[in-house]
Amino acid sequence: MVQPARTLDSMNGKARLAVWKFTSCDGCQLSLLDCEDELLQLAGCVDIAYFMEAASDPAPGPYDLSLVEGSVTTPDELKRIREIRAQSQILVSIGACATAGGIQALRNFADVDDFIAAVYAHPEYIDTLKTSTPISAHVPVDFELNGCPINKRQLLEVISAFLHRRPPQVPAHSVCIECKMRGNVCVWVAHGTPCMGPVTHAGCGAICPAYSRGCYGCFGPKENPNTTSLCDWWQQELGAEKTVVIENLRNFNAADPVFEAASRRREDGGGQE
Amino acid sequence: MAKNKTIKVDYLARVEGEGALYVRYDDAGVHEVKLKIFEPPRFFEGFMRGRDFREAPDITARICGICPIAYQMSSVHAMEDALHLKLPPELHALRRLIYCGEWIESHTLHIYMLHAPDFLGYPSAVAMAKDHPAIVQDGLRIKKAGNAIVSLLGGREVHPINVRVGGFYRAPRAVELKPLREELLHARDMAMNTVRWAASLLFPKFEREQSQQYEFVSLSHEDEYPMSRGQIASTRGLSIPASAYDNHFREEHIEYSSALHSTLIERGAYFVGPMARYNINYALLSPLVRQLADEVGFPPFCANPFQSIVVRSLEVLYAFDEAIRIIDGYRKPDAAHVTAEPRAGTGYGATEAPRGLLYHRYQIDDSGKIVDAKIVAPTSQNQKTIEDDLRLMLPKFMHLPEKQLQAQCEQAIRNYDPCISCSTHFLRLKLEQAPRTGV
Repeated sequence: MVQPARTLDSMNGKARLAVWKFTSCDGCQLSLLDCEDELLQLAGCVDIAYFMEAASDPAPGPYDLSLVEGSVTTPDELKRIREIRAQSQILVSIGACATAGGIQALRNFADVDDFIAAVYAHPEYIDTLKTSTPISAHVPVDFELNGCPINKRQLLEVISAFLHRRPPQVPAHSVCIECKMRGNVCVWVAHGTPCMGPVTHAGCGAICPAYSRGCYGCFGPKENPNTTSLCDWWQQELGAEKTVVIENLRNFNAADPVFEAASRRREDGGGQE
Repeated sequence: MAKNKTIKVDYLARVEGEGALYVRYDDAGVHEVKLKIFEPPRFFEGFMRGRDFREAPDITARICGICPIAYQMSSVHAMEDALHLKLPPELHALRRLIYCGEWIESHTLHIYMLHAPDFLGYPSAVAMAKDHPAIVQDGLRIKKAGNAIVSLLGGREVHPINVRVGGFYRAPRAVELKPLREELLHARDMAMNTVRWAASLLFPKFEREQSQQYEFVSLSHEDEYPMSRGQIASTRGLSIPASAYDNHFREEHIEYSSALHSTLIERGAYFVGPMARYNINYALLSPLVRQLADEVGFPPFCANPFQSIVVRSLEVLYAFDEAIRIIDGYRKPDAAHVTAEPRAGTGYGATEAPRGLLYHRYQIDDSGKIVDAKIVAPTSQNQKTIEDDLRLMLPKFMHLPEKQLQAQCEQAIRNYDPCISCSTHFLRLKLEQAPRTGV
């Protein structure tokens, strides 16, 4: 049975790290293996107790820090996330699937009538849930790291912060701030390119504007975003079609409550949300 | 006497995604082999309907965090086919350069972190690093160089943002590629040592009998080792354009797998990936790669899947050689992309993902909305071949203790570098059960 989680204070020796996969593309856990310069050092600081993509010797819990990638889309995953929570002192959701349901949450917007009309050609999939939901919809989460994919520097910061029992330094401001810090020319002001930067959570380093394209919101909403104003500007000043506005709110963080509400309002109400 | 035995691996480690293995056998032979894939489906082909054609590279990248470039490449080629767009050679070269980066990153991850621990007897690369720090550090360094290409051209390693239908959002200036070239030169030397090291490993002896030979399938192009151009060719005479794929290949649904099994119509299982590319296109590898193969005594045709690690190492070396060649000949194109205006049509794209042939087909309407999408990933094409391998090789390894036998089976699966997250998401399924829970 599940043992009571240990506190970080009672850690005996190295902290035990676990990496879990739910419904996802593996890209966020790969970010850990993409820390080529830091991986072996990290492995020296923590005991990587469970990481199926990288190791075939999984150790049983409890775990000090669990990183959870992916969204919940099956009854089995519903059960599994509760077991993992019970065995984890700290649980951090990593990436847009885990924090907002991911691209697969587009199913949440599909017409239920389509499903009813469809034929059950594959009865073994009836265990697939109708929705894709974030980890926080099912268990308490200690921290959410945004991004599709997450930024590996931020991942290292989060791991380091929890090991040292301090809050992670992950700014919740917009991509616009990162653009200024990077010295990018504003693609919106200079070229009239529709950009999600003003409402999107920082973390990527403003890469899209740096490559002459508008941000498409893969880090989800920033703190207190004004999506109504952004969408109006897109449509009225930049001539973007409503479907394009909705598609940009409804991609990798489609089921994030802020983006979901904005896209539904836009769908229902035309110009004004 | 013929007591039934089973090998069960409930959750395969060191592969991407969620899969399991079930084998039932006794002294008389192997009765059942199932590579079970229980990765939950994500319905990409379903939810892409109605989306704008320009979104295809960004959306399909999310099918796989290990090989997002492959999805971007197959999707943009298919869209450009539908739109009758032709790209100038400079943009083609840039695409090849970013693809080189992904081959290096993905292959090196597999060689050093997923597969090498099998050969050296460790549960992971991290555990292996305690006794063989130099080997693991080299691997990480080489992998980093591959990721440097993807990051520079794509903006980031995972789900790059710079690839679009018609080319790129921004083409790099030649001066930006200079420091990268230095890093690649150094890493290429390390990649040569990887070939020497990989070739020195001890390989389980396994080659199929004459009647059970593999049919290798890969792209084939007269001018270049294939990445994103050419005919789909096989070692048994197949030679078709991507547009004829659906006439020659069929996907079947197997009850224990959430990925579809792909077979050649009236021929059955086939084999895609580095070994197929190598066996079909050896002559198009660069002189340096062929020289290294020769130096380590590795033949131009490889039929033992356990040696796929050597083939991957040769392809990594090739990708470095090719990337350096492209950088040396690079001139910034006049425009980073050609304009893609929507028009109704159907387009086909087949490119060589690190794990093998990746096929995309899209139908779009005159406003550029996707009407229909079909994607066939390499791992679903190899699934049946993996199972056949296990069935055929087990009798040869029956003398091994059970634990070792199981390890041998797992290693045999890793020969194919299966990407289960990729293979699962293409079910042409538009239905789901009403929710059972209060979610």
